[in-house]
Amino acid sequence: MAGGGENKLKLLGMWTSPFALRVKLALSFKGLSYEYVEEDLRNKSELLLSSNPVHKKVPVLIHNGKPICESQIIVQYIDETFPGADASLLPSDPYERAVARFWAAYIDDKLLKSWLQASMGKTEEEKAEALKETFAAVANLEAAFKECSKGKPFFGGDTVGYLDVTLGGLVSWMHAGEALYGMRLFDATRSPLLDAWVDRFGSLDAAKAVLPDAGRLAEYAKKRQAEQAAAAAAN
Amino acid sequence: MAGAEHELKLLGSTNPSPFVTRVELALALKGLSYDLVAVDLANKSDLLLASNPVHRKVPVLIHNGKPVSESRIILEYLDDAFPSTSPLLPFDPHHRAVARFWAAYIDDKYVASWGPAYVGKTEEERAEGMRQMVAAVEALEGVLREGKKPFFGGETVGLVDLTLGALIPRTKANEVLSGTVVIDDVRTPQLVAWVERFCELDVARKVLPDVDEVVEYIKMRLAQRATAADALKK
Repeated sequence: MAGGGENKLKLLGMWTSPFALRVKLALSFKGLSYEYVEEDLRNKSELLLSSNPVHKKVPVLIHNGKPICESQIIVQYIDETFPGADASLLPSDPYERAVARFWAAYIDDKLLKSWLQASMGKTEEEKAEALKETFAAVANLEAAFKECSKGKPFFGGDTVGYLDVTLGGLVSWMHAGEALYGMRLFDATRSPLLDAWVDRFGSLDAAKAVLPDAGRLAEYAKKRQAEQAAAAAAN
Repeated sequence: MAGAEHELKLLGSTNPSPFVTRVELALALKGLSYDLVAVDLANKSDLLLASNPVHRKVPVLIHNGKPVSESRIILEYLDDAFPSTSPLLPFDPHHRAVARFWAAYIDDKYVASWGPAYVGKTEEERAEGMRQMVAAVEALEGVLREGKKPFFGGETVGLVDLTLGALIPRTKANEVLSGTVVIDDVRTPQLVAWVERFCELDVARKVLPDVDEVVEYIKMRLAQRATAADALKK
């Protein structure tokens, strides 16, 4: 394959975004090189605005000048475009692919949504309700891990797969959340399989290469909370 | 084979559901036979609860006993399991990504705006919902305008066409009941033409419910909600 511009990959991201992290994880596990652009989301670049005019969000993967948006869509794109020597991220069996897509959607639509609401909800009631929903979602995901892994180390089996990457984007925030709120999303009593998975996933070289430092994330979250509180007080 | 059960079973609803319609369109397009089981969602069957314990919703496609849930996931499953007839997604990975993007957009932005726009509790909520709905249809209009093809899928229908096409009866019903037209010749002429083209298709004629049926169903649901709200006040 000739060198030069044939497979230029550029990722527009933001270091705290779990969605951008998913894409970094996929690229890392596939051993792909790319140019990374850190976006200031309060001052979005022309490139971001023109590459994702609909949502104006990160991540955006630009491949040979063509943009792909939405983290799960980007990960599938990477999987289809760069099949690579190793196992693909999505399983090859149609039914298993559907199961993987189902739980990936669940992670964003149910787990992540409740988890965010549990700390960002406007009232104590809302937060308590969201926390209950979060634990219910964790229980479902624990069962999903059992079903998908079939006793192997990852959702993808022996090797990291689509769901590992999808959930992997949240790993550093899980540690940061524990530091900030004393709440462990996957704990050893409620969800032992997922608890073990977090450490196992986080210790892989390809993950370590891109996972942001949880301490830094916690500092960032505290800073943002202080800014928001000050803004609210000023109004 | 007379009397034999099909390998495909679709759990649908006794009432019109655009998400079930989506799957029926895909099955019809791919020429697949299946058993349709209409579930009364007010009294969910054991089969539904066992097949979709997480969400307890329809549609669920059961293929050789294995259940697949979530309409867009079912559509991709059908493409993976039955690749040789009427592929819903194109071959090129970038075009696939674009199709997936717009299919998700239709649910996340267009469908999601219906509740706030039509039954939002405050005028503010309804105005914001309507604003989002208009933005969504304008974005979809832009896709057709730039694509310059008869369908979102190009010369033939694809994932995005089925995702949006299944919503046509409900969209028309919403317009009848609210007295407001969102997809019109002035704002969205490409979409208007696309709707006509889509409804002319054999699969659409076969599968799409009548607008009147959907109007009656929505009226019934609104009346039920009003009754329930009154009962709470007493």
